[in-house]
Order: sequence, then C-alpha cells, then structure tokens
Amino acid sequence: MAEYILQARNITKKFPGVLANDHINFDLKKGEIHTILGENGAGKSTLMNILDGIYYPNEGEIYINGKKANIRSPFDSMRYGIGMIHQHFMLVDTLTVLENVILGLKDQSFFINKKQIADKIIEISDKYKFDLKPFAKIWQLSVGEQQRVEIVKMLFRGADILILDEPTAVLTPQESEALFEILKKMKSEGKSIIFISHKLNEVMEISDRITVLRKGKVIGTVNKEETNPVELAKMMVGREVLFRLQRKPLERGEEVLKVENVEAYNDRGIKVLNKIGFTVHKGEIFGLAGVAGNGQKELAQVITGLRKATSGKVFLLGKDITNQHPLVIANSGTNYIPPDRLKVGLIPNLSSIDNAILRRYRKNPIGSGILVNYKKAREYTESLIEKFNIMVPRIDAPVKLLSGGNMQKLLLAREISENPALLIAVHPTRGLDIGATEFIRKKLLEVRDSGMAVLLISEDLDEILMISDRIGVIYEGRITGIMDAKDADVHKIGLLMAGSTEEESATVH
Amino acid sequence: MSGAHHIVLIVLFSAAVQSGTTLLYPTIGEIFAERSGILNLGVEGMMIMGAFFGFVVTYITRNPYIGFLAGVLAGGAAALIHAFVSITLRGNQVVSGLALTIFGLGFTNFYGQRWINLRSPVTVSQMSVPLLSKIPYIGPIFFKQDALVYTSYIVAIVMWFILYKTKVGVHLRATGQNARAADAMGVNVYATRYWWTFFGGLLAGAGGAYLTIAYAPFWLDGMTAGRGWIAIALVIFAMWDPLNAMVGAYLFGGIDALQLQLQAVGVTIPSSLLNMLPYLLTLIVIIIATLIVRVKHISAPKELGIPYNREEK
Repeated sequence: MAEYILQARNITKKFPGVLANDHINFDLKKGEIHTILGENGAGKSTLMNILDGIYYPNEGEIYINGKKANIRSPFDSMRYGIGMIHQHFMLVDTLTVLENVILGLKDQSFFINKKQIADKIIEISDKYKFDLKPFAKIWQLSVGEQQRVEIVKMLFRGADILILDEPTAVLTPQESEALFEILKKMKSEGKSIIFISHKLNEVMEISDRITVLRKGKVIGTVNKEETNPVELAKMMVGREVLFRLQRKPLERGEEVLKVENVEAYNDRGIKVLNKIGFTVHKGEIFGLAGVAGNGQKELAQVITGLRKATSGKVFLLGKDITNQHPLVIANSGTNYIPPDRLKVGLIPNLSSIDNAILRRYRKNPIGSGILVNYKKAREYTESLIEKFNIMVPRIDAPVKLLSGGNMQKLLLAREISENPALLIAVHPTRGLDIGATEFIRKKLLEVRDSGMAVLLISEDLDEILMISDRIGVIYEGRITGIMDAKDADVHKIGLLMAGSTEEESATVH
Repeated sequence: MSGAHHIVLIVLFSAAVQSGTTLLYPTIGEIFAERSGILNLGVEGMMIMGAFFGFVVTYITRNPYIGFLAGVLAGGAAALIHAFVSITLRGNQVVSGLALTIFGLGFTNFYGQRWINLRSPVTVSQMSVPLLSKIPYIGPIFFKQDALVYTSYIVAIVMWFILYKTKVGVHLRATGQNARAADAMGVNVYATRYWWTFFGGLLAGAGGAYLTIAYAPFWLDGMTAGRGWIAIALVIFAMWDPLNAMVGAYLFGGIDALQLQLQAVGVTIPSSLLNMLPYLLTLIVIIIATLIVRVKHISAPKELGIPYNREEK
C-alpha cells in the first residue's frame, strides 16, 4: 500500500503498573500532517518514542511503506527515514550547531569535514529561512532557534517522516505561527508529519487528520473538516469540559506584594531580572505570562528568598523582606508552589507525613521541643488527605509513588493550609491530567475568593487567561505590559511575550 | 647564573618531566573516561596494577617494552570491572571506583610480597631526538628522555586532536554532556562509555608501569603513593583538556622532583613535611581550579557519574 508511509498495528507498551499503550492502531498517509491529540499521560509520547526506537513495544508491529520494520533504537528509526523532534530537545548545549547535526551519523569521515557540512546546513537553513549559524554553540541560541536546529538535524539525515512532540509548548504564539508555516512548506514538499499536541486551536489549524488517544487507547481518527474543538475535547477527556470556571466578582483589597526595580542573576551569572516591578493585591490572582526562561523562575526565587536580589526591593504587606532568609519570608506570610514538585516542592523518598509537615514540624503541636510528635503529624496529614481528596497508596509510602496530580495536591494542601497572605504558584498544573488541573485551578480561585493574594506564574496562556484577574507579561526579566484579564487577548499578549512594549503592541491594533 | 646552577636546574626539570609522565598518562585517561560520563575513582588502584604487572613482566622477560604493555593491559582489565559495575549494572560510581582502588592496593600487596625491594634488571634507555634536543634549555629537558616519555607527548597531542576535531570526539563529548540526546541521535552510549572507561584504565596502567619501569625501577608495596588521586585532581585542573593536562602533570612532577632533590642534598626540613608538598599543592590547585572553572563557565561533563538507562521515564 503506497498510500500509507507508516502504519502501527496493535502497539502495546507496559511500564511497571501502567499500560501506557493499549493495542494502538495508527496510520500516517504520505504528505499529510496527522495530529495525535490527548491529555498528558494518554500515551502520546510513549507511542512516539516507540516509533523512534527509544522504547521497544511489548506487542505490535510497525510497517514503513507497507513493509514490516524492526525498530530497536533511534539509529534504526533514522534508517527508516523517521526523525523525531522531542519536547525536550535532544541537543548537547556545549557543542556547536554543526557538531549536533552530525552527532551519531555513521557515514561521516573520521575527521570532520567542516566546510562541506556547514554548506549543507546553510543550504537547508536557507531553504526554510532559518538563518542558522553552523558554528554557534547551542546554549547561545533561543528556544525557537534550537527547535530549528532540531529540524535541520532531521532534514540533514534525510528524514521523510517527522515527529514533533508538543513543539509549541516552548514557543510564543508568533513563533508557533512561524513553525506552522515551516510545517506546511515541508508538507508541500512531500514530507509526512506527525504532530503531537493537546492544544485544540492549533490542532484545528494545522492538521489534515487527527487521532485522539485517551488512557493509552485510540478513541478515534477524524478528518479535520468533519470535526470541531468541542467534539475533540470530549473525545480527549471523555466528558464535557468546562471552559470557564466559577468565581466571585473581584474584591481587590490592599497591596500584599510589591516588587520594586528588582534585579537578579541566574546560575550562569547572566542578568535575568531587569528592574522588574509590579504589585499583587489581596483577593486577586495576578497571572504572569511569558515564554519559559525569561526570568520567571528566578523571580519566584527572589521573592521567596531562595535567590539574592542584587538591587531593588520586595515588600510584603509593606514590610521589606528583600533577601531575607527563606524561613523568615515564609513565616511572614508567603507560601510557594515551586515549578518542580519533585525537585523543590517535595522530598520524593520521604513519606506523605514527612512531606506534609515540612511547614509545621518546627511549631507546636507537631513539633514539641526537639522531638516531632508523629501522632499529631499523622492526624494532620490524614486531615489534608481527606480535605483535598489525595490518593495515596499508604500514608507512610514515599511520595514519589504518588501520581503527579496527587503529588501536586499534597504540595498545594501543605502550602495553602498555612493560610498565607501571598501564595506564589509557578506552573501549578504542568504535566497534570485534566481532572487534577481543574481541581488545582478551582482551589486557586477558592483561596482568592477567601482573600489571599495569588501570584500565578505560568507558561500556559490558556491557564492565565482562565483564572487571572490581572495579567502581566514578562520578557527578558522585565514587565512588558499589565492588563485586566477582561481586556486581554491572545494576540496582544503574544506580542508582549515576544518583547514589544505595550505602546508598540497598541499600534498594531 | 653559573654553569653549575644550569646543570642542577636542567637535571631538576628533566626529572620533573619523568615524574610528570607517571601523572600525565592517568590524567589523560581519566579525562576521557569523565568526558564520556564515567567517574572512575579507581585510578590509584588501576595504576598500582599497572605498576606491579609492568614491573613483574619486565623482570621476567627482561624487556621493558613488553613489561610496559603488560602494565597497560592490567590497568585496562581493572577498568573493565568498573565499567561493568557502573555501565551495565548502573551501580554507584563512587563506591565502585573506591572499591577498585582498595582492590588494586590489596591485590598488589598480597602478590607483591616476594618482589619487594627487587630492582629491575633493565630499564628504558634514554634517546635524544635529533635537532630538537639541541634547543637550549627545552632540548635537554624535554627531548633527552626515553621512548615512553615521547609516547606520552604523542598521546596528549593525538588525544587532543581526537577530542576536538573528529567524529569520535563529538560522540564522546555528547555522551558525557547529554546521554539521552546522544542516544536519540544514534550514538551507542553504552559502547562509548565502555570504550573510554577501558581507555582510561589502559592509560592509568601506563602511568603505573612507567613508574616501576623507568622512574623508580624497583617494587615497593603501595608505591604509587597517591599519584592516582593527584591525577584525578589534575583532571579538574586541566579542565578536561589533554594539553592542559601536560602543564598540570609537569607542575606536580616538578614539586615531586624538587622534594626528592631537597631530601637528597640534606635540607634540614623534615622529610615528612617535604613528602607532603604534592598533596598540599593538590589542595591549593583544586581550590584555584574550581574558582577558575566557575568564572570561565566551564563545567564538568554534565552527566558525570550518572548511569544511563534508555527506558527510564
């Protein structure tokens, strides 16, 4: 069958305790853009990693151009013309573009013929208007440029089938548009593309056909012309989805957090906060939008005392807390949901009890003298588990055994139970399924309604638009614009995320 | 400066190069193992294996070059134990490396009893390099040495070239920096790490063998005396670069040669204090190198010491 360039039959992949892919059937036509749509954990990435040879399936076959293919490693998949662009780029950031492009190629001579390779990279790069410099180091490039290096790498290898795993997750709306143009151009040249996403609007824009996965199974494959976002969402989640959450009208109170001209450096010694300033008030959610790596992480660290501000001030309820010890800041009413729950938020190998009491073991009644009262600690943890509906295998099992959603619920429960004046939530729903995401967002709205000030830092624009009262945009460590959520639109925020100031973006309209 | 002073200095520096050679081989070896992502703290153990087998085989065959080869292979064989534990079994590399050091010292202590204080009947002969040895100062210091010293120069230069200018070098650097990316691009991470760990062992063996064949041609229990550890420190000093390793190795070789000469001429400083010099310098150098590394944004291979597992989520 010449029509299908790639067919997957009955692919099944088990991980310990999880059936990630359950007899999946999937066809890719030559010259089409075929989207795999599904929630996090639906098995999209697993399926793609199987096509790419990173994982080997427990059952099932893959056919390329109608012939059975035996793909046991990424090198095999490359021989079949499959090139995958991973969500986390497979680039070595201390090497140059050129070195990354030839990495792993067997047909290169022992000594690298730099001139010839550079010419070919420039040729591919010019064809798609990438403007790549072959001798630049990867760490010097922006995320969008790094993605283009990944594309060039695959084209250099002569890939006919390109797999892009959530390629827009790290891009601004404008960069995403540019990527779509590139994909359409590649399609017109006969490349076949598998596009993975959970964002319905872009799926509707780019796809020819869409296959929906849920809990490791194929729910269906539809033509784009014959479907709509509401139907896709229903297929993806298995029920109707709320696009708008209930909330009380805004009662904006006194100023809780004030950030004034703060500057700070990242771990590499590069200045990432550049005289940033804004305020967050009682009873509001202030959403900070921006492309990853524009200083969001460092901003949260400066406010919570985990990173030194080199200039500027941070005030909490009028009190100067700049560069105070993190414990002092926490005790004066700032709690924090860090971006990485397993590295910063929780201690993976400790139990739910130990993790739940991290904010309380110093104080009565859980802490008593130098001892920890584990009876009280257990009671307290049980109360959190019940109140927040957290599923734990056993209360004293290590938290790393919890699902992502339950870990995040435990973390959220621990932090908001301190009833702080200010809650900082960084990517609070990243990597969670729709159920847990809804739960977390509802809780954030709940604490807002009860009068807490919430600083929400997220790369998920939909999330920011959905629950914020005011929206600020961060770009290269400064605020490029602040607006009321009701005046916000995606296009305007997108321009601000790309660095144009509010005045400039106003003239575009 | 008088002529006598000249000669003293040239003798000193020439001895520094020889002493430095015992460090240069293992340092380059460890640089390449670490570049692939494998931390091998067993350098001391691999060196003493090389020193022992180098000495014994030289003693029996009366051919220092066959002896050297035996020492090299002994170091390589010891490294394979570490490779198996840390790559195939994905064990803790620190523990495995320390175990290898203890194993090497124990093994040679046990089997070395009957060789203690025996002198090697033969050693490698000095040969002057035509033309180069005529250069003032540089010539007598660097180019009136033995074949094994010259080999170490070639190894350093060739390995620098391989690291930065060849496909193999790109694969190696990628594997230590981001094994997942290297794997996704079709580099065999396991084979790369096995080979360079083995290579590190070969060169550690070479350093040990040079010690008992040329630098001090006799056998003493534990005679590597911490040189393996100095080599590990030199890897940081060299910032994982084989040519920088030469500078570091000769600097330490110089300190070693100096303290021996001071002891020989009967300086009144207690010898235990002089013996301490190289280790004191190691500490100082590590502190300085760490600061420089931080300022220059050079860092250890990112995945140093982290086992790779393709199917890990």
